Amino acid sequence: MGLVVVDVMPKPEILDPQGKAVAGALPRLGFAQFVSVRQGKRFELEVDGPVTPEVLEAAAEAARQVLSNPVIEDVVNVADAEAEGSSTAAGADA
Amino acid sequence: MTRIGVVTFPGTLDDRDAARAVRLSGAEAVSLWHADEDLHGVDAVVLPGGFSYGDYLRAGAISRFAPVMTSIVEAAGKGMPVLGICNGFQVLTEAHLLPGSMVKNDHLHFVCREQQLEVENVDTPWTREYTRGEVITVPLKNQDGQYVADEHTLDELEGEGRVVFRYRGWNPNGSRRDIAGICNAAGNVVGLMPHPEHAVEPGFGPDGARGPRTGTDGMRFFTSVLHTLVG
Repeated sequence: MGLVVVDVMPKPEILDPQGKAVAGALPRLGFAQFVSVRQGKRFELEVDGPVTPEVLEAAAEAARQVLSNPVIEDVVNVADAEAEGSSTAAGADA
Repeated sequence: MTRIGVVTFPGTLDDRDAARAVRLSGAEAVSLWHADEDLHGVDAVVLPGGFSYGDYLRAGAISRFAPVMTSIVEAAGKGMPVLGICNGFQVLTEAHLLPGSMVKNDHLHFVCREQQLEVENVDTPWTREYTRGEVITVPLKNQDGQYVADEHTLDELEGEGRVVFRYRGWNPNGSRRDIAGICNAAGNVVGLMPHPEHAVEPGFGPDGARGPRTGTDGMRFFTSVLHTLVG
């Protein structure tokens, strides 16, 4: 079972109200060192088999057409979760 | 009789109010179902407000792929009048019938209020019975109502007179250049965040000149399109 990770972030020039709200909450918990926060989205696309270049290409296309809106968001990452070595919902240990 | 379609997606809330506004204007309201690509011979379409598909992914993002939208995009291209209200406006931007997009209100709160709007374009089929510069009051209720687009797009909208409505009194969501509603280049597709369909009947609308809840400033959206179609 392969897994593709897609990360989408609000464009830098778009004020991110959710990130701003999180940034406002952090100092109240003692996290004073974070001067700004931006909040994005992570998608995990599972495939029946290995993550081939074709699968990655299809994921990039889906990211462009559906998972993001280019007016307000950028697709910042499309990657094979295993190759990326990232912990996922299925295998998180941290 | 002029037939005006009102689309229902899963999670649409204001389809009944929109259909009632259509009937009060003198046209026949035709319910259109998101999964049915048949427009049933309607002469115009209203995409009402609500939280279609729970606003999952982005407001309006999943509704855009509903079978009915394929037919609406095609009909809009041929000049059919289309009005998107609130979530319907968000669907129209996701479907690329209108430029820009909506993000969360700058103050992060859901807002529900009686909102003043200035009508700046009275050449669309949805606004021809207003006068240019007229200030109207209709309800506004949203969480993701902040209209955003790049500067080039905003300049283009302004230059071509495609800002149809601008917030007056207070900008309730941080929208760029106080924009409340816009139209496409042809003018037949109009989208706005505030809700004209909630201000069509004395006793149920915002406060008006004649007393509490007497405001019916939204009615002329529906009579405008009706008279455009029968004219």
